[in-house]
Amino acid sequence: MLEVRDLACQRGEQPLFNGVSFDVSAGELLWVEGRNGSGKTSLLRILCGLSPAEAGTVRWRGESIHDAREALLHDTLFLAHANGLKDDLTVAENLRFDARLAGLHASAERIEAALRACGLRERRDLAVRYLSQGQRRRAALARLWMAESRKLWILDEPFAALDAESVDRLAAHLGAHLDAGGLAVLTTHQEVPLPAGRTRRLRLAH
Amino acid sequence: MWDAFVAVFARDVLQAWRRRADWLTSIFFFVIVVSLFPLGVGPEPALLRTMAPGVVWVAALLAAMLSLPRVFGSDFADGTLEQLVLTPHPLTVLVLAKMLAHWLLSGVPLALIAPVLGLQFGLEGGPVGVLFAALLLGTPCLSLIGGVGAALTLGVRGSGVLIALLVLPLYVPVLIFGAGAVEATVAGTGAAGHLSLLAAGLLIAIVLAPWAIAAALRIALE
Repeated sequence: MLEVRDLACQRGEQPLFNGVSFDVSAGELLWVEGRNGSGKTSLLRILCGLSPAEAGTVRWRGESIHDAREALLHDTLFLAHANGLKDDLTVAENLRFDARLAGLHASAERIEAALRACGLRERRDLAVRYLSQGQRRRAALARLWMAESRKLWILDEPFAALDAESVDRLAAHLGAHLDAGGLAVLTTHQEVPLPAGRTRRLRLAH
Repeated sequence: MWDAFVAVFARDVLQAWRRRADWLTSIFFFVIVVSLFPLGVGPEPALLRTMAPGVVWVAALLAAMLSLPRVFGSDFADGTLEQLVLTPHPLTVLVLAKMLAHWLLSGVPLALIAPVLGLQFGLEGGPVGVLFAALLLGTPCLSLIGGVGAALTLGVRGSGVLIALLVLPLYVPVLIFGAGAVEATVAGTGAAGHLSLLAAGLLIAIVLAPWAIAAALRIALE
């Protein structure tokens, strides 16, 4: 469903990668590896249409992401390095606004369930500014429990700052997403228990 | 799409309510600058009446500019701007919601306070009403034009000064027609022409500015 051919990326005068090609089908996860500065984040941003590529094509459901941008955005959930949370709003408010913006169903029960799944139910009415770094990451990741309808998850360092229990919980949720026919592309520097047999690795050399 | 529009608007207003000091600063700046002029130039009523429209409008321009770096700056820093760009809704509509929130928080208070400040300058009923109407029409133009400057300078070091350089020349027509409306009323020639031109400017800004802001935001995120 996601086809990438001969992708090249350059930042300023610096070439990051060239000739990157891969496919990700339903039920598969692509783990993008590489050293700092090898272009992992840039690759993810190209995949979701945030940044342009120097060369190459990205196709989603058989169509170029530039021609079918709306379809891509309807199907994609992107979690960047930054958590995308407002410090002055509570965890629940952040999730609610986020879901409404993304066109997701945002009932109180769903938000409650997502927060429970991330272990943040007791912090639901706390302003994000009072959360620890790991809790903020979990609040950002709670989106994944509200976005089952999104086929393609693009996650930049989703395991960063998480404790062991949260890592296991996220890995299990990723597995459930793949079981439901979803796709995921993620980067991580950690050795995490990603779904065996359905995870492929792509190493960006720099 | 309407739900997303409301969500962006409500989020910005709620966030501003929780950070009231940020927005009150611009409003107090406006009140203080306008109030200092009568103290500085003396109590001559004719002189104060002549100066009033220009002083109020220049203070409004500067006060509106104070809050501009925050319009997209905090979204850019915390990653919510990326989330905004990646929603399936037209970015121009979401940008319009943000600018509406900005106007509600920075422009409407200025329009509401200005008639009271106008009394310090000896303005009477008619001119005060026109000052209010002109600011109601002009301040959304300031927000929309300012939004273009804020989006173009997003992520640039020293963006506050750059915004001023970009935006102040574009504010000139709003200043001329806004202040001119009050002057024309004081002179007894009627403000309909000036207010119509302000309304026309607002319509043009509503059509063009969100598109320009959306394009600038996409470039900033690349």
